[in-house]
Parts: sequence; C-alpha cells; structure tokens
Amino acid sequence: MDIAPPSTNGDELELKGVGVSPGIVSGPAFVLAPEEDAVVVRDITAADVPRELQRYEQALVATRQQIRDLQHRMTESMGKESAEIFEAHLLMLEDRAIYDEIVRMLGTDLKNIEFVLHEVTDRYATALRNLQDEYLSERAVDVRDIARRLLRNLAGRSSSALAEISTPCIIIAHDLSPTETAGLNKAKVLGFATDLGSPTSHTAIMARALGIPAVVGMHDISLRVAAGDPLLVDGQHGLVFVRPAAERIERYARKRRAQSAIRERFNVLRDQPAMTLDGYHLPLAANIELPADVEVAIANGADGVGLFRTEFLFLNNVPTEDEQTEAYLQVARRLAPATAIIRTMDIGGDKFIGHLKMPQQVNPFMGWRAIRFCLAQPEFFKVQLRAILRASTLKNIKIMYPMISNVKEVIEANRLLDEAKNELAGRGVEFDQDIEVGVMIEIPSAALTADLIAPHVRFFSIGTNDLVQYTLAVDRVNELVSNLYEPTHPAIIKLIKHTIDVGHEFGLWTGVCGEMAGNPLLVPLLVGLGVDELSCNAPGVPLVKDVIRSLRFAQAEELGLAALRSGSAEEVLANCRALVGKIAPEILELVE
Amino acid sequence: MADESNSGGAALTREVTIQNRFGIHARPAALFVKTANRFQSEIAVEKGGQRVSGKSIIGLMTIEGYQGASLRLSAHGPDATEALDALEDLVLQKFFED
Repeated sequence: MDIAPPSTNGDELELKGVGVSPGIVSGPAFVLAPEEDAVVVRDITAADVPRELQRYEQALVATRQQIRDLQHRMTESMGKESAEIFEAHLLMLEDRAIYDEIVRMLGTDLKNIEFVLHEVTDRYATALRNLQDEYLSERAVDVRDIARRLLRNLAGRSSSALAEISTPCIIIAHDLSPTETAGLNKAKVLGFATDLGSPTSHTAIMARALGIPAVVGMHDISLRVAAGDPLLVDGQHGLVFVRPAAERIERYARKRRAQSAIRERFNVLRDQPAMTLDGYHLPLAANIELPADVEVAIANGADGVGLFRTEFLFLNNVPTEDEQTEAYLQVARRLAPATAIIRTMDIGGDKFIGHLKMPQQVNPFMGWRAIRFCLAQPEFFKVQLRAILRASTLKNIKIMYPMISNVKEVIEANRLLDEAKNELAGRGVEFDQDIEVGVMIEIPSAALTADLIAPHVRFFSIGTNDLVQYTLAVDRVNELVSNLYEPTHPAIIKLIKHTIDVGHEFGLWTGVCGEMAGNPLLVPLLVGLGVDELSCNAPGVPLVKDVIRSLRFAQAEELGLAALRSGSAEEVLANCRALVGKIAPEILELVE
Repeated sequence: MADESNSGGAALTREVTIQNRFGIHARPAALFVKTANRFQSEIAVEKGGQRVSGKSIIGLMTIEGYQGASLRLSAHGPDATEALDALEDLVLQKFFED
C-alpha cells in the first residue's frame, strides 16, 4: 500500500495534528513499520518442554530488566507518576495466572513457546479489550506491549527497530507506546509524529518530559510520508511539513534565530522581574501539569506557579490523600517562598478519565465536569482538599476552584474546605489556617456576577480559553468555526475588564492563566486592562517577560483604552501587533 | 480462564463487598496482588460465577469489581486464614483510597 503523494516535483505538503511537545526540528523521516505480529507455529516434543520453558524464563528476566531500566530513566526525568505505569507493567509481566497457563499449555499442546505465549496473552488482552470500563479496556494495550517485548527477547532482538536508529531522524509512526517513547534515544531522535494519540496520552507526557518535539493525532501521516523524506516539525503548533519549501525553511530559520537571540538573553531575563520600563511590576508565573514540571518553570524564570492542573495526577489512577499531599508538597518545597496556585481537579470536558467512571455525555464541555463533578462527590473532593491543605504548611499554597458558574458553588466548595480543615485539625495535622482561596473566571455568568462571588474569595484568575469558547459559543477544535475563536472580540475585552474592575473594587487581585497570558502579542493589552498577574506555559515565560520589560505602562493603558472603545476584534489585534512590532520586533518575528 | 487446581482439602472462603468508589481498577488490583503474593496459599476471587486467581493482576481487572459488587475470596494453604484477613482488610479499607 503506497498512497504517499508523488515526491518528484518537490511540492511541499503541510500536515496538521496536535502539538504536544514544543520545538522546531528538521531532518529525514524514519518511518516505523508496524511490527510483524505473525508468530511462527512449531511442533515440539515432550522432551523439548524444559528447554522452551527455560527460554521463556530467560526472556522474562531480560524483559523485567528492560522495564526496570525504562522505569529508572523516566523516574529521573519526570517523577513518580510515570514510574507507576511501569510498575503496572512489571506486575502484568509477572502475572501468575498467565505464567501457569503458559506452562500448562506448553505441556498439553506441544507447540513452541512463542506460539503459546502469543495465544495466552492474546486471550487475556482480548478479555480486557471487551470490558465495559474504558480505562480497564485500554490496559489491553499494555498486555500487548509486554507480549511484544517478550517475543522480541525470545527472538534475540533486545529492542524494536527504534533502537537501531543510527543517524539523527524524525520518527513517523502509526502509534508509539509509552515504553517505546520512554526508550527513545534523544541524541538520535529529533522529533516524532504519529497518526494516533492525544495531548493527555502517556506518550505525549513522556515526549514533553524528554524534551522531544512531537505532534500526535495526525490521522494518516504514516501513510503519507516515505522513509528519508525531508521533514520540518513544529511541535508547538502541531505542524509537519513534508519536503518543506525553501521559503518555509528560511522562515523557520528566522524564527529559530529570533528564538536563540531571546535564549541568549534568557540567563539575564531569568533573574529579572517582569517589570515595565516605567517600573510597573506584575508577577509572571507558569502553568504546570505534573510536579516535575516545576523544574521547567523555574528554569524559565517564572515567579511561581499560577496554575497547577491537578487532574493530570489522576491520569492513571486515583491517587491517595498521602500521594496527593506528596505531589503538592514537592511543588511547595521547591518553590518556597514563591507561591503555587493549586487548581482542584478539572475532570470531564476534554479530560475524560475512564477509571473514574465518568458517564458518556453528549456535550461534556457543558456537562458534568470540574467543580460540578467534585461537589456531587463531597467525600472524594475532600480527599484532594485535605491533601492541598496538608501541603500548605510553608504558607505558599493557594487553592482555586475551576468552572464556577454561580456563587452557590463557591459557598458550597468553601463549606467543604472548612470541613476538610476541621477533619485535619481533629487529626492534629498542621496546615495554613489562612490559606487563600480563589476562583477561575471562565464562564460568562461568573464574570458578570463577579461582585456576588468576590466576598467569598481572595482572588480571581481568568481562564481565557474557556471564557472565549463559552462567550462566543465557538468550539475551537472544530475547524468549521475555529476562525470565530477571537480572544480580542469586544465581548471578551469587556468581560475581562469587568472582572478586573470588580476585583479591584473588592480589594482582590485578578490574574490571567489562559493561553492569552502566554501570547506575547496580547500581553500588553492585558496589562493595559489592569491585570495583576499572568500565568502561562513555562516556555512562554521568557517571551512574555521580554515584552513586559520592553513596555511602558502608559503604552499598555492606551492600548487597553483603545480596545475598550473599538468594536472590532481585528482592529484590536492589529493594534497589539503594531505595538509589539515597535517595542520588541524580535518577538513579533518569533510568533508570526 | 485462570482455573485453579484445587489440590484436595477444603478452601476457606469469605464474602466481601467492594466499598471504594471506583472499584477494582489498576491500582487496587495491583495492591490486591501484592498482598496476595505475601502468602503461600492459593487464592481465588469469584464474582458471579467468574473465578480468577487472586495473584493475577490481569485476572482481577477482568472481573470488573465495581463499587457494591460482592466477591467471594477463597484461600487454600497453610496461611489461608491470615491471607483472607489481610485481603478482607484491604477491601474494607477501600484500598486506602477514599
């Protein structure tokens, strides 16, 4: 099957997916062929059984060692969460029922061990695949992953084709398993792109931890790229260019130069405050997903963590109160005296978590998610609240509730927080009695009733991604309407301004933690509207800081006032671009 | 699937009800197996006619022990009572989750 487009005319092909690990790389394609699953059947005699069994034992030992090595490597680079994936793999590898069945079948069927192993594991994988529970059903992938490793070791091949890569390249595959990703050689693998996968998959998380640019969810890239095709991967924007045009390469080269120019200033920027030329200072924090991300935040010069998306701790498992406390403490200790805002889990929406038994919802973004899910299960929610409180002893933790649409939810969440405090006090456990509580403003009703919510909280943080989506009724992953997704729409400007003003009236500070805060073009606008704090993805911190440090507060104010008067999203955006082009042209070069 | 050879003698049994909200997903299954492996006895778990080894993480996941499901634990061997005590405790403690 060869449906790759003709490559003779050198036409550039642009393919779009989901960028899950940022960075720009170029190099030749290494197309990973799907592994040959056919297993040879051979008859053996009863006298051969001990030898076959011995081969199996040796394969088990070798496989165990390989998984341990991977586990060790990944624990160093990304902490305990990923290590748990391998812990489950080890238990599956050592599964007694499978072992006993293989031994029995070897003796009764008298076939070679490869065949018996394949038969038995396939039966278990199928049984798992057929389960109702989405999360357990996914574990079939793990059983097959392990069976493939065992078969490779039986064949005397210690690893997959990936390990044989000898020159730097970009991997193109239908899918990469978490263990394949964890085993990638960073010196040889410049980046990868796959047909399958999502931003929350284990594979995406490992790519970020390893710092390998990656794009997933590309549907059919593995059929459209031939081995050796020159590729250019933009991991931030989820783009892969096949046989990139000279002009494209030049544009990205300029981007890379701008990036390295800024990177040279990084060392200086890192230790400098996010302060305008005329001395207006605002904290610039980073968003994180896992405790280990805090290192990246610090390396990029963030003033703290403005949004800890705790749902990522629930990706594989429901962590216990102790495990959660440990995760939050790890961040608190590393940051102190800087602060971390821990957002209670935003599960549901696009973060569907199979093992939490979320019901299928026709419209999950408007359904049972985040604070709604938590308030419906108070005991479950309080486990997280107690864990956050227990991590607050250094007095550098704040709590934030997501998806607030009504002040009643804030009052109820605070009531549960009080219960959690009393339970801890009853256990004689220490915590910060005066822990600050805030809410995400990401639903228009919350922005419009900020005055009703304000008396119950100490800060607001505007989540612009959802605020834009809900206000404009635009699903931005729907390509048919994504052109309507406009953060500079007059309605958004007004809602942001209203929230900030109400906050100030009540003596609260208001931050922005959505993607707008990480877009250097829009940062002067947010500053001009009066925002008190910004939090963005760690790699964006130096860019945002650079813009702020090139800006005069008066310029920002003027931009904000003009935006409030303007009736046009395009005009506001053009003004933003013009200002950044004037004060920080290198940034404009980089983001355009 | 994972049938066990009951090598003579009566097995001790005990009925338990799954208490934790999310049932026997991966982590509780792992905990169960780690606990069961501490004992020499053969351990089996039965739910609605389906019987799996208590020392098989994959087997345990396939019985889908949701919250409220009742399971029959059986143990056969020198430390059967201690094994059942430990496993019952694990279930009652909700696998240390809630």
